[in-house]
Amino acid sequence: MTNEQIGTLFQLMLQYAVPTMKIFALTLLWSIPLGMIVALLKMCRFKPISWITNIYILIMRGTPLLLQLIVAQYSVPYIIRSDICPEFIRSALGGIDIRSEAYTFNMMLIAFVLNYAAYFAEIFRGGIESIPKGQYEAAGALGFTRSQTFFRVILPQVVKRVVPASSNEIITLVKDTSLASAIPYMEIMYIAKKQVPTYASLLPLFMAGAFYFAFAMVLTVLFSFIEKKLDYYR
Amino acid sequence: MAMLEVSRLSKSFGELTVLKDINFTVDKGEVVAVIGPSGSGKSTLLRCVNQLERANGGRITVCGSDMMTTNEKGKAVFADTDTLRSIRLKTGLVFQNFNLFPHMTVLRNITEAPTVVLGMSKTDARAKALELLKKMGLEAKADSYPCELSGGQQQRVSIARALALDPEILFFDEPTSALDPELTGEILKVIKELANDGMTMVIVTHEMAFAHDVADRVVFMEDGYIVDEGTPDKLFGEEASERVKQFLSRFNNFGA
Ligand SMILES: Nc1ncnc2c1ncn2[C@@H]1O[C@H](COP(=O)(O)OP(=O)(O)O)[C@@H](O)[C@H]1O
Ligand SMILES: [Mg+2]
Repeated sequence: MTNEQIGTLFQLMLQYAVPTMKIFALTLLWSIPLGMIVALLKMCRFKPISWITNIYILIMRGTPLLLQLIVAQYSVPYIIRSDICPEFIRSALGGIDIRSEAYTFNMMLIAFVLNYAAYFAEIFRGGIESIPKGQYEAAGALGFTRSQTFFRVILPQVVKRVVPASSNEIITLVKDTSLASAIPYMEIMYIAKKQVPTYASLLPLFMAGAFYFAFAMVLTVLFSFIEKKLDYYR
Repeated sequence: MAMLEVSRLSKSFGELTVLKDINFTVDKGEVVAVIGPSGSGKSTLLRCVNQLERANGGRITVCGSDMMTTNEKGKAVFADTDTLRSIRLKTGLVFQNFNLFPHMTVLRNITEAPTVVLGMSKTDARAKALELLKKMGLEAKADSYPCELSGGQQQRVSIARALALDPEILFFDEPTSALDPELTGEILKVIKELANDGMTMVIVTHEMAFAHDVADRVVFMEDGYIVDEGTPDKLFGEEASERVKQFLSRFNNFGA
């Protein structure tokens, strides 16, 4: 390969790193708050809510993310065609253009978010449940309301406890974004694979690998910095 | 004037009845020591009065307002949320395990409730907290985190935290039981100073010499009942019931 070819390839890869980062950022943006809500729903004292939430978590964690991504793409056309689909849902979904880029992207994002929210929920629930009962009691005895107790006393301590497990999950997400290439959605993995025969070289795959590696390294450094920052108390 | 009146109080956890028929009054400025074997319901009594548990029957009145009563059908009726909140601010509770907020500095541990719950300004809350810390001999620790303090220091911070809300009556649940023996003295000294200042206090303790020294009245609980009560001289002397003497004999080695 000439230097010029390598330069063109590099630029192409950089260009398709953008959609990868977009999936990554938007998945985190939605799945972390949703994970918090799911964690609270699972701890709900009204048992049916807790059970339903648990079934959702079990399905999300017990089936492949790749399968979920593909199901999400097929979902709307098959729901519309199904005999048992109520008319109002059919007409609500009927307006969606299933060939549009927006459809592909949004359904993919929904699958990523629902999957990652389930993992984050379990991490957050573990964090919340690890806070000693005495913290709630001390706050209660001082007259804090339930929400003041949660936001001022419990949550800040939960954040510290969930950072290590969450950072693992976030770094896994960097690599899991590559599953989008199977949908197919054009991100860095998709384009790398496509360039292999064009250039008759493994270089595109190496470049993609280097990108994921660098991305993961930046996050690793960032999270170890955050963990250190949070280390001011035990 | 009675600061706390508890009558016919009962509390069960499922099948287990922990408080059976508790009748108990604390007057303003009085210091009451509660003693008794482990499992007799001392903590549960404090927790019911401090609204950490809900009793099943009887009546609790704090500074003249009813926190709970029992209706004709024998069902416990609790005051409305606002009354419960205002009562909660009149009572303070110091825990055996301190339960300080580990993510806040010592100063913030003390200022948090006054600012958040009472709406006190940050400046006022800070001034008050520093004054309380000075009283506890801990001015130098204002910016430390709880994990940097000894157990005795942590317990003094938790006392300051409770005092920051100006409670009318302060409860202690075995405030020295989690401490190394050489650290109990500093806590007992602080409680004694509060007693001299006229603070109304109920102290669950196994420190019999201390109870004798600081309490105006000693209450002996066993198996969910108050079995005996009276002045320290009575309860720690010859007049006490056989059961109390038997219980205290286990502490004789400690000079009580
Ligand atoms: N939340 C609870 N659930 C069930 N049993 C409890 C609970 N809290 C206390 N108990 C039981 O109530 C009894 C009295 O406990 P406690 O009030 O802590 O006694 P003390 O403080 O005198 O040692 C014990 O048998 C204890 O096991
Ligand atoms: Mg106890």
